[in-house]
Amino acid sequence: MRTKTVTFRHKWLPYALIAPQIVITLIFFIWPASQALYQSVLRQDAFGLRTDFVGMANFVRLFADDNYINSFVTTISFSAMVAGFSMGIALIMAIMADRVIRRAMVYRTLLIWPYAVAPAVAGVLWWFLFNPTIGIAAYALDGLGYDWNHYRDGGDAMTLIVVASTWRQVSYNFLFFLAGLQAIPRSLTEAAAIDGAGPVKRFVTIQLPLLSPTVFFLIVVNVVYAFFETFGVVHATTSGGPGQATNILVYKVWRDAFEGLNLGSSAAQSVILMVLVIALTAIQFRYIERKVEY
Amino acid sequence: MKRRHTLTAITGALTLIGSAATAQTEIQLWHGLGGALGEKVGEIAEGFNASQDDYTVVPTYKGTYTENMTAAIAAFRAGEQPHVVQVFEVGTATMMAAEGAIRRVQGVMEQADIDWNNDAYLPAVKSYYTTTDGDMLSLPFNSSTPVMWYNRDLLDAAGVEDVPQTWDEMFAAADKLQENGHDCAFSFGWQSWVMIENYLAWHDQPIGTQQNGFAGLDTELVFDESEDLTTLLQRIADSQENGTFEYGGRRGDSLPLFTTGECAMWMNSSAYYAGISEQADFEFGQAMLPLNSDVADAPQNSIIGGATLWVLEGHDEAEYQGVAEFFNYLSSPEVQADWHQSTGYVPITTAAYELSQEQGFYEESPGTDTAIKQLSLNEPTENSRGLRFGNYVQVRDVINEELEGVWSGNKTAEEALAAAAERGNALLRDFEAANN
Amino acid sequence: MVERRPFLTFIQHAVLILGAAMFVFPIYLAFVASTHTAAEVSGGVPLLPGAEMIRNYSLVLGEGISAAGAPPLWIMLMNSTIMALSITIGKIVISLLSAFAVVYFKFPFRMLAFWTIFVTLMLPVEVRILPTFEVVAQLGMLNSYAGLSIPLIASATATFLFRQFFMTVPDQLTEAARIDGAGPMKFFRDILLPLSRTNLAALFVILFIYGWNQYLWPLLVTTDESYYTIVMGIQRMANAGEETPQWHLIMATAILALLPPVVVILAMQRLFVRGLVEVEK
Repeated sequence: MRTKTVTFRHKWLPYALIAPQIVITLIFFIWPASQALYQSVLRQDAFGLRTDFVGMANFVRLFADDNYINSFVTTISFSAMVAGFSMGIALIMAIMADRVIRRAMVYRTLLIWPYAVAPAVAGVLWWFLFNPTIGIAAYALDGLGYDWNHYRDGGDAMTLIVVASTWRQVSYNFLFFLAGLQAIPRSLTEAAAIDGAGPVKRFVTIQLPLLSPTVFFLIVVNVVYAFFETFGVVHATTSGGPGQATNILVYKVWRDAFEGLNLGSSAAQSVILMVLVIALTAIQFRYIERKVEY
Repeated sequence: MKRRHTLTAITGALTLIGSAATAQTEIQLWHGLGGALGEKVGEIAEGFNASQDDYTVVPTYKGTYTENMTAAIAAFRAGEQPHVVQVFEVGTATMMAAEGAIRRVQGVMEQADIDWNNDAYLPAVKSYYTTTDGDMLSLPFNSSTPVMWYNRDLLDAAGVEDVPQTWDEMFAAADKLQENGHDCAFSFGWQSWVMIENYLAWHDQPIGTQQNGFAGLDTELVFDESEDLTTLLQRIADSQENGTFEYGGRRGDSLPLFTTGECAMWMNSSAYYAGISEQADFEFGQAMLPLNSDVADAPQNSIIGGATLWVLEGHDEAEYQGVAEFFNYLSSPEVQADWHQSTGYVPITTAAYELSQEQGFYEESPGTDTAIKQLSLNEPTENSRGLRFGNYVQVRDVINEELEGVWSGNKTAEEALAAAAERGNALLRDFEAANN
Repeated sequence: MVERRPFLTFIQHAVLILGAAMFVFPIYLAFVASTHTAAEVSGGVPLLPGAEMIRNYSLVLGEGISAAGAPPLWIMLMNSTIMALSITIGKIVISLLSAFAVVYFKFPFRMLAFWTIFVTLMLPVEVRILPTFEVVAQLGMLNSYAGLSIPLIASATATFLFRQFFMTVPDQLTEAARIDGAGPMKFFRDILLPLSRTNLAALFVILFIYGWNQYLWPLLVTTDESYYTIVMGIQRMANAGEETPQWHLIMATAILALLPPVVVILAMQRLFVRGLVEVEK
């Protein structure tokens, strides 16, 4: 890590400055995380009256459990859909907005605010729209001959949480794509236009390659979003159902701990998730460092 | 906490002004009843507080049943547990196994200086929460049972004169409704409780071995062995084809299907009485659950749902006297009859039931005694006393998931029940291992 | 624009307007639903606003929905504001200080401290909920504003941003300060803070939204209604369990829950966009 060449000297001041952050980190991050590690090798009853050491049994059982594997698959396909749709839509919007320079800011205003809506609230809004009994979207689908019922049909429920999660995330991606596009020098695209390249060709040969760092960055951010922050969407709407159709990993961790009171298994799931996050963050971190260095 | 402190301070100050000499002991009661029901709990506590000078019961609403139970458990782990916590029926085995964390109600009441007998409680209610040797574990508080709600207007319009009493009559009524242009005949909520647990009790069949878990932790789920249950569930799933049955979600999520008139009949708790009377703009009534006449000539009895009050360890001995006095007050016929009549929960004592009869409540609101009649139809058998399985909160989730597989057509009823039993048994083995 | 193609321009505007409409549509319907009676909503949501707006909003704000165990909304709004502001200010303060320490001082264990902080970048609260909950319970911080906000203050994102920014501050400034005999805190106060103004403001918007939109954490640490925040309160209403959800009131609540952060984001749009794109990069 780089440092300043010019620094201050002081015996205790730096410690005092950094202390609050360190104390909070130790108490609320490092300690609980190590507790999760510890609990993942234990079996405990709900009240904490009996504790047995069970080694890796919690992990072994998880990976032998079809439902856990299933939850993994569900989470991955959910994340892929959310990341794919929200980035795709955002990219189209950003290209359009980038071209209409004059009103770009107006459209930006119209498009950024969903980012401020909490995932849980977004979930409830769409839950309401698609409510099989009173929802207008369900009513419209019924008119088209589709019998929408997210209480019964796993596909419908999955569609619902994808739509709600995507809806909110598009604005975020849009901002980054727009910033990325606007950072591309006009002269480049103009030169290509003079050479007779059409808008599509210009996009594919010039803009897209230059956007690729942004795309890569957004993929990581969106996957992290879909993995973790969408808890609210699921919890406020489908509760993981019907069946296991929307039981994503982060929801399962919560449910096994707080509803199932199965602490060992939940802790083991936490540990697995931590490993995943650390991997994802390491990728992201490399990217950030690279950005910063040049 | 701050607000509560202020409140406590104010109450404290008032008490000081009122009776300078007596220091009142506080009894904490955590419950999971929001809204009107929660207010009713508050009224009961106030009534008790006014009836004597030694104790103050402080009821606190802690979220849903699950949240309330989790909060109490977390508080216990942190050494800050309330005296009394309300736990729903499926948490019974978990609570019971926590020796050292809970104190049996039988013991609390017998040690206390009061006149109390557990024979006063209705057998069907009591049996669920009593050990095989007759000790009452927790105090039944709000108990209900599933009934069949029907939309009189829709049935009349289709020319269905008698409310269906058997499943065959249900499907016959469905045909008539459809001839009359009405698609959905019936739906239900709390599907594990209504369609599996109560169906089996109603037909005197076991849900699990070891007397549905009452006799030991080494119990196994056997609901997948009931052929008539499998056939019925498959028949219901198939009937979605022409819209006879519509699935509307877990718990009470399907209530709007009934109150908006989309489905003519709905099987779920008798405690929906208040909600339905408020929302339905049609004539409705409640009838007993339908019987599967292929396997039984008459129903056995239904089992209860709802919650009970558990006493937690770790407080001063003197305070348990207060708990006992409060429980005694709660069980008195007047309090119980009032609770029963305003909420739709069944009265927990025979005396309260008789009092309600004397007061003419059942003539005034016909059908409101359906639940209690169902519960006391016969002396409960090993199959119909209730159930006591560990990790049952999760098992219910498993059953929900598997049944949803049937409704969505991904699985046959046979496959789903077998899978549910298998996954449920794994959870039971876990529980056994953790508590042996 | 590079070339003039009226048809293309038309398509662009059409796509953008359609997109914007798609975004607004759910909110519009939520608003419409919040201005009708329960009966009107349960009979299929109308497409035009009704006459019950004032009644519904004053009901949720004033009395709350007791059937769902939800306190009056103004309490939840106040709690959300307190939580969001505590998180925002707390994060900014501790991150500023620690970034200052890490960048401008050389001291033993500096790297250890740095990594301790940065590990937290990796662990969102969702993956370690149960143990964190237990720690907070043991500290007696359930149902308190401290419990709602302090555990969320320690995220490394803000520290990272300030570190990045401090690295770009020219060393000449530090030299000059040292030659003038200014101590580190004076340098921090008189030079570094004023320079960070834009970053502070941008971070404020982002963190305010982050704090306001917290869901899982308040759900866990509050069981006392008087500490409910509005975002989690909605879930309580929508999952009222045994009661039919009162959609017209839930939607009124949803509108009130999303209004403050949306207003903040729109009012400080320029700062927010700049901050977001720069913070995350």
